[in-house]
Amino acid sequence: MSVDAIETKSKEYIRPMPANWWMTKKTYVSFIVRELTCIFVGGYALFLLVLAARLEEPEAFAAWLNSPLLIILQIVALPMVLYHSITWINLTPKVMVVWRGEERVSPLVIAGANYVAWAILSIAIFYLVCI
Amino acid sequence: MEHQSHDILIVGGGGAGLRAAIAIGEENPNLSVAVVSKIYPMRSHTVSAEGGAAAVIKPNDSLEDHCYDTISGSDWLADQDAVELFVNEAPAEMVQLEHWGCPWSREPDGSVAVRPFGGMKIERTWFAADKTGFHMLHSLFQTALKFNNVTRYDEWFATKLLVHDGRCQGVAALELRTGQIRAIAGKGTILCTGGAGRIFPFTTNAAVKTGDGMALAYRAGVPLKDMEFVQYHPTGLPGTGILITEASRGEGGILINSQGYRYLQDYDLGEPLDVNDPSHPRKRTMELGPRDRLSQAFVQERKKGETIEGPYGDYVHLDVRHMGEKKIDKKIPFVRELCRNYVGIDPVHELIPVRPVVHYVMGGVHTNIEGETPLPGLFAAGECACVSINGANRLGSNSLTELLVFGARAARAAVRFGAQAADIAVEEITALAEQEQQRIRERFFQPQGGTETIAGLRTELTSTMESGAGIYRSEESLRASCDKIRELKQRSGQIELADHSLTFNTELTTALELEYMLDVAEALVHSALARTESRGSHQRTDYPERDDQQFLKHSLAFQSDGDPRIEYLDVAITRWPPGERVYGSK
Amino acid sequence: MAASESAQSAATITLEVFRYRPGQDDEPTFQRYDVPYQEDWVVLDALNHVKDHIDGTLTYRWSCRMGVCGSCGMMVNGDPKLTCAAFLRDYYPDAIRIEPLNYFPVIRDLVINMDDFLDKMSEVKTWLIPKEEKPVSEGEYLQTPAELAHYKQFSMCINCMLCYAACPVYGQHPNFIGPAAIALAQRYNLDSRDGAADDRADAIFSHEGIWECTFVGDCTRVCPKKVDPAGAIQQAKVEATKDWFRSVLVPWGNK
Repeated sequence: MSVDAIETKSKEYIRPMPANWWMTKKTYVSFIVRELTCIFVGGYALFLLVLAARLEEPEAFAAWLNSPLLIILQIVALPMVLYHSITWINLTPKVMVVWRGEERVSPLVIAGANYVAWAILSIAIFYLVCI
Repeated sequence: MEHQSHDILIVGGGGAGLRAAIAIGEENPNLSVAVVSKIYPMRSHTVSAEGGAAAVIKPNDSLEDHCYDTISGSDWLADQDAVELFVNEAPAEMVQLEHWGCPWSREPDGSVAVRPFGGMKIERTWFAADKTGFHMLHSLFQTALKFNNVTRYDEWFATKLLVHDGRCQGVAALELRTGQIRAIAGKGTILCTGGAGRIFPFTTNAAVKTGDGMALAYRAGVPLKDMEFVQYHPTGLPGTGILITEASRGEGGILINSQGYRYLQDYDLGEPLDVNDPSHPRKRTMELGPRDRLSQAFVQERKKGETIEGPYGDYVHLDVRHMGEKKIDKKIPFVRELCRNYVGIDPVHELIPVRPVVHYVMGGVHTNIEGETPLPGLFAAGECACVSINGANRLGSNSLTELLVFGARAARAAVRFGAQAADIAVEEITALAEQEQQRIRERFFQPQGGTETIAGLRTELTSTMESGAGIYRSEESLRASCDKIRELKQRSGQIELADHSLTFNTELTTALELEYMLDVAEALVHSALARTESRGSHQRTDYPERDDQQFLKHSLAFQSDGDPRIEYLDVAITRWPPGERVYGSK
Repeated sequence: MAASESAQSAATITLEVFRYRPGQDDEPTFQRYDVPYQEDWVVLDALNHVKDHIDGTLTYRWSCRMGVCGSCGMMVNGDPKLTCAAFLRDYYPDAIRIEPLNYFPVIRDLVINMDDFLDKMSEVKTWLIPKEEKPVSEGEYLQTPAELAHYKQFSMCINCMLCYAACPVYGQHPNFIGPAAIALAQRYNLDSRDGAADDRADAIFSHEGIWECTFVGDCTRVCPKKVDPAGAIQQAKVEATKDWFRSVLVPWGNK
């Protein structure tokens, strides 16, 4: 008499997460790109270590540095590292919360302060290294 | 059939239901409590309340004043012993909720802040920005998670009270996920199911406000008290009915008609002050008058042709521009968000279109001051109950406090009852639940060639409620509604469901809700027809005066085979003899 | 069908809706419905029109229709939204694809199983555990407006779970405590009246808690109440790191 009274436990459907999940949304794509830039940051750190180690043989190292492969790598690495730094600094207001009474210090100020610090450090290092 | 057994069961997981559960969780950890709700508790309609909750805590205030404001606001229909008790217990309940984490807005010194509200001589409305109900509900829900003796039945829809041997021993409830109906048994059953605004077409109320508990009690022979008293909130958005909180007026907002005129001054609500006057808004005056009077003023303005025509009917304007962006963002940010999202205006620069919409049902399941109904083992609290502290018109910000005071009281009464009650008659209760399962299967799951649709009947119901039992009523309009509802009840037997699944069948629950709505509507219109006087929110064009001689009484509507039987119960008067409601003076 | 036939001359919009009927369907399907287009309608209005006039079997959750109860979250064109706050005019005249919230099991049609989230709330102890006991008779705990401001944003969560439906970490690791639960834990940790940050630390300063988060940040983007759960999680990471340094450098100060 009752239509489907026998069915007491219904089957839930679990949607599998597709392997290309990171391509399905703009925000996911930019997240993956941001994460991938870490490779270049890490890679450049390694490069700086190698540079430091090779300071005693400047000519051979300089020749290697001038090879097309290394030049291309440098050209690619710069925007990647810049992108990484910019996205990182833009996120600092989320992590650094500074209160002035009932109001939060504006995120622009926090990010701005980080940019200023970055600029100062960069200029100082440039000065030390190149001058 | 399996059954679930607890000591106390609570139907409804909103403010009142959760407060009741916490009361037992804290005070009787050895008892097992069930909270049976057709939705997840944090979705309950308490969440939409905006303005605040009243309780006396400031030195310039007094319990007497809160009592007087409430009693006069109720047009003397409130039971004064209940009001005194409510006012006395309110401050402690509110402090208790603060101790449970509720993020009340504060004074600079860290004490709780209060703001003025309609009909109150002194400001005493505690608030959490303009999302008070949201914060109260989430504080209660999160606190309730602490207790191991509280078991939640989320998305279980109660379909019938299980009454055996002259007492209520539980409910039959449909588990939405499986489609099975089970008995949930308890020595005490507390109804906390909220009001029934959805029987009207324009309402601030959410979809779930369909009067379930009221109808369940009504069908079990418990009378519904004062059902004719329905509150129209003066400032809802046209069309959607979304609530624009009274707090916008408490913070200084003004109501103006099509001519830009503050029309409330023509309706015995006092003299308007300039909005920049430091004494504006003056309490119990103009925009801070009681809700029934403000809604009635709108209807009069419409008759005079001074309202603005719109696609969803006429409206007037609420002006908060003079408050300035900073004050609006601090005190009524949610109002700004709602206006931008749903009417595309920014109240900082533009006028808000508003009109009266149904908001609250003063009437409900008849209880005494302990929350006990005439049916042993059955209790009720919150909007679904009528104690009565709200009488013929509720003051804004009393209902949120009411949830706490009476949620706790009903819980304690249920516990006392359970302690001396005999064991549950498990076999008989289970058999009743099985019969209920059978009834629902036969009624809704067998193709019967029915011709009616749920939406069609619902539209006809809401239409007749608005035209027959709106802000102004007459014998003619009410009789027409009585007839229409009788007809709709008969036709509801012809509803045919398209959905015969047992898994999460919301078409079934919507049909059951429609049946509840018809029962509640029936009690309402018949009670209104019988009350041949005007009092508070019940205004009869054929009987425009208040008649204390005949009607200083509560109406009690009892379900019967034909039309409901209406009886009367005297109002309890203690210290405040009936007087005239005066606003705008002093 | 009568409603849409008579509205043929008026504007309509197409909904492509995910259907799953356990017992009837092994796999989900999509069903198309043409509904009247009205400029001030939201997606929820369109769904209600379908249920009332076209197909009574379509199943979904909703209640307040004003963005405060959190019931009506669904994927609208692949992005989690409250359907009571997603306006048809933002999609018209294109069709609108409606699916249940991502990364949750589907009970039926647009209804998902959210038990996991509620379990996590209990795990994380989302309730006030006061620093000091105070009897009700002594009145309220004092809390200045500045102290209230510190946690207020995180208290605005309506439990709609759009953030979980946006979080690819949760999609791949269902054990992840998740954005809303951690934001709620922070709401209490930062409440000046609360004293149980250490109690909650086990649950959230854990592998399944904050450290699972890779700061995709989509949770914050989709949150309808501007709770900023991503911010809550990163701030918790800073706290956890400071705690760790403290425990390592000042070991005698520990409980």
